[in-house]
Amino acid sequence: MGGGVCPTLRLTRSLQTTAYIALWLLLIASATIAVTFGPADITPTEVWTTILHHLGFVPDSPVSRLRDAIVWDLRMPRVIAAMGVGAGLALAGVVMQALTRNPLADPYLLGLSSGAALGAVTLVVMGFALLVPIGAFVGSLAALVLALFIAHLLGGATPVRAILAGISISALASAATSFIIFWSATGDSYREILSWLMGSLSGSSWLDAGLVVVSLLVCAPVMLISARGLDAFAFGDKAAASLGVDVARLRWMLLGASALLTGVMVAIGGAIGFVGLVVPHAVRLAVGSRHGRLLPLSMLVGAIFMLWADTMARTLFDPRELPVGIVTALVGAPAFLLILMRFRRVT
Amino acid sequence: MREGLKIAGVDISRGGKSIVGNAGFSAPAGKVTGLVGPNGAGKSTLISAIVGLERPEAGSLNFDGADLALMGRRERAGICAYVEQSASTEERLSVSDVVALGRIPHISTWAAGLGADDEALVAGALAKVDMAGFATRQFNTLSGGEQQRVHIARALAQEPKLLVLDEPTSHLDIRAQLQVLDLLGELAGAGGTVLLALHDLNLALRFCDWLVVMHMGQVVAEGRPAEVLRENLLAEVYGVRARLIEGPGGPVIAYEGTV
Repeated sequence: MGGGVCPTLRLTRSLQTTAYIALWLLLIASATIAVTFGPADITPTEVWTTILHHLGFVPDSPVSRLRDAIVWDLRMPRVIAAMGVGAGLALAGVVMQALTRNPLADPYLLGLSSGAALGAVTLVVMGFALLVPIGAFVGSLAALVLALFIAHLLGGATPVRAILAGISISALASAATSFIIFWSATGDSYREILSWLMGSLSGSSWLDAGLVVVSLLVCAPVMLISARGLDAFAFGDKAAASLGVDVARLRWMLLGASALLTGVMVAIGGAIGFVGLVVPHAVRLAVGSRHGRLLPLSMLVGAIFMLWADTMARTLFDPRELPVGIVTALVGAPAFLLILMRFRRVT
Repeated sequence: MREGLKIAGVDISRGGKSIVGNAGFSAPAGKVTGLVGPNGAGKSTLISAIVGLERPEAGSLNFDGADLALMGRRERAGICAYVEQSASTEERLSVSDVVALGRIPHISTWAAGLGADDEALVAGALAKVDMAGFATRQFNTLSGGEQQRVHIARALAQEPKLLVLDEPTSHLDIRAQLQVLDLLGELAGAGGTVLLALHDLNLALRFCDWLVVMHMGQVVAEGRPAEVLRENLLAEVYGVRARLIEGPGGPVIAYEGTV
């Protein structure tokens, strides 16, 4: 207990609109700049000419075929995938934290990342490296279904039981993953597995970017219209129910949406840590816990953060790539500490 | 039609075990009705059923002539507000954010945010509980009594006709307890129906207009507090020896020991 005015930013409605516009502009500017980064120097004008050309607005592009391909086929899908993965993980993180009332919850809480890792690693050692995203997706959803089924066997799938079941599934899947790596990974597949486990968007295609965007278009609206329902969870299930919220329906709907979203993200980008945990907390520290703001702002901040993390991952030690999970943690942890110090909690 | 709450024949069981059996009582409009009884008497369970957190197996929950059990969730939440013993949060919410939660049953899922009317209701509710100056404070930084007043303001922002509170004063110091109970008296005075579970029988004597006593899942007495809390009832229900003494502001219970 103690005194102190609410130390969050006091966002008036016009300031809030300004913040959204500023973040969208920052996102677009970041994306443009990120596409120019890389071994071949591309100018922002070339970036936009190429985009407009492919959208049919500029019939005769002055950009050479090679440079066009670098922008459109190599860098654009990856930049879009990075933004989408960041947005999706941040959204899923906000939702999982609110639903479980657990600040340590992240999108992988119910064993999703360990399940995905097991699925991915199994396919890598079997020599089907191209099918890794499918293995990861199936693995993550299998882990989730198993966790919920165990929770159900324990006498009803309450959040606490689901989390506990998720922890055991996680441990089991991790052990199986380690066993497979230990037993049958060779030098090459070992590096491939390691890079997947730490998260990597290298080689993202338009198919990957498309899957990420479609899953966002499906899941984000479900979460955004549930913002007030999530607010009602602040004081627990009973309080939410007494405000007329259908607690069970909202919880399963949102759990389903975040699991689907996380399943796609983990399939495309691997188990990228930190984003889903820290972006929501950073935004919450700055603007408070009302989900009507928290969700869209986290989505934008997650997208921008992930975009820059991935750009650093592929350019810092060019021509070698870092797994993006290393960058999200290396950059994210100090950034988060700074934010924590700036908005010291009063509780 | 302002009748207040009338419940009859309410049965609730959990896991095959009966918690509340054939419970019936009324909580008149414009009055503060206290629900008392020892721990495990079934007060909280009955209250859960009244506010819709629990589905009774039998019985009717009538409020102003309409059956609460037949209403949709939102409709019911627009009529009946609920305040818990103590509800805390880890979330970073300002006091006015918390009070604004009370508008949830009244605003459409698709509405962008609170309208000017809603904002005014939130401010008005805070003023009613004497917390207007705290609107921008973070909820977590308030004292227990202040938090409970904010919860009551949140309930008021729900514009309820029936306010149900489950031991709202249990964790508060005596001054905060008196403030909360005074406030409930004012709300009832303005025409609302107030029902609260309570532990302190002397506070029940002092602040409740109507009293319902529960014991082992049954309603065993109902009436004016001073008429209900007789010495033999205290012995039977609570297992205590006590005398009612006439104090300056009405009767007071002096406890002498256990039976």
